[in-house]
Amino acid sequence: MIWQIDSILLVLVVVTAIVALNLRDLMGAAILFGAYSFLMCLLWTVMGAVDVAFTEATVGAGISTILFIATIIHTKGESRQ
Amino acid sequence: MNKLALIVVFFVGGLLVYVAGDFPDWGDPTSPASTHVGRYYLENSIRDTHVPNVVTSVLADYRGFDTMFETGVVFIAGIAVLALLRRTVVQRREEGELASHHLEAPQSGVVVRTASRIMIPFMQLYALYVIGHGHHSPGGGFQGGVILGASLILHALAYDLRATNKLFSEKRVLVLGAVGVMLYSGIGLFCMLLGGNFLDFSVLHAVLPATDEVMARSHGMLGVEIGVGLTVMAIMYSLYLDLASHGHLDEGL
Repeated sequence: MIWQIDSILLVLVVVTAIVALNLRDLMGAAILFGAYSFLMCLLWTVMGAVDVAFTEATVGAGISTILFIATIIHTKGESRQ
Repeated sequence: MNKLALIVVFFVGGLLVYVAGDFPDWGDPTSPASTHVGRYYLENSIRDTHVPNVVTSVLADYRGFDTMFETGVVFIAGIAVLALLRRTVVQRREEGELASHHLEAPQSGVVVRTASRIMIPFMQLYALYVIGHGHHSPGGGFQGGVILGASLILHALAYDLRATNKLFSEKRVLVLGAVGVMLYSGIGLFCMLLGGNFLDFSVLHAVLPATDEVMARSHGMLGVEIGVGLTVMAIMYSLYLDLASHGHLDEGL
């Protein structure tokens, strides 16, 4: 585990999570969640849990982003807050 | 109210950070997680099953029950979404929703369609590799099934749901989903018929040619991984179908 890569990834994870929560545009938030999942996938890889990273990349970054977008297209696409 | 929530969040978050200090160090060989059964799996996986990827041997063999019921959970979740969202043509006609005119659904551009047509076979081939090679490399039934489902979703995105349904109908997909669960539990039952315990793959060497008890466990794992892959593929695709089209299965996004 290289601590420089580790800390950059951890900071980016926190940043994407906070921005995704504060975004009014739900489509942008869904895509940011995809980016968040991908960063988590890199973190799992750094920690040596390659199988978990694979699942995170396929399910978290791939399918769940598509399902979020498919749902948001049929809604107003903005949060009230 | 907002301030109260913030205080609660900070309190619980601080508590978590405080407790996290008590965790064993990363990769600590004396931590509780790697001293009991975990250690047995790591040391004996090759001898017991001939599978170098310990994650696969734990998920599909040592902890086969967990994975079987996880597959069941995925299947039930898919059925629940289907029950909530899916509207058949008959239901919609009864409620007077179905317009008599048939609009030609807009498809995406020729670049997207051609690119996806080139990509889909490679995705599916890679998914089969991930399922089949899960014993030796990262991956397995779940990941491979998700990639297979993603290739179907890509086709549905580039064309429309009608075109994809013509190639690979919803009925066939759902039947495959049920077949996956049945394949997994069926292999378990078959082991019982051969005189072993449920999901005890080592007794399969009686029917598989040119295997001993150890290789039979490896082959049994491949069988259940294929079952997991089929179910996951079917449910992922069916979730997309229902979410993307309000359960109408016509034009899609």
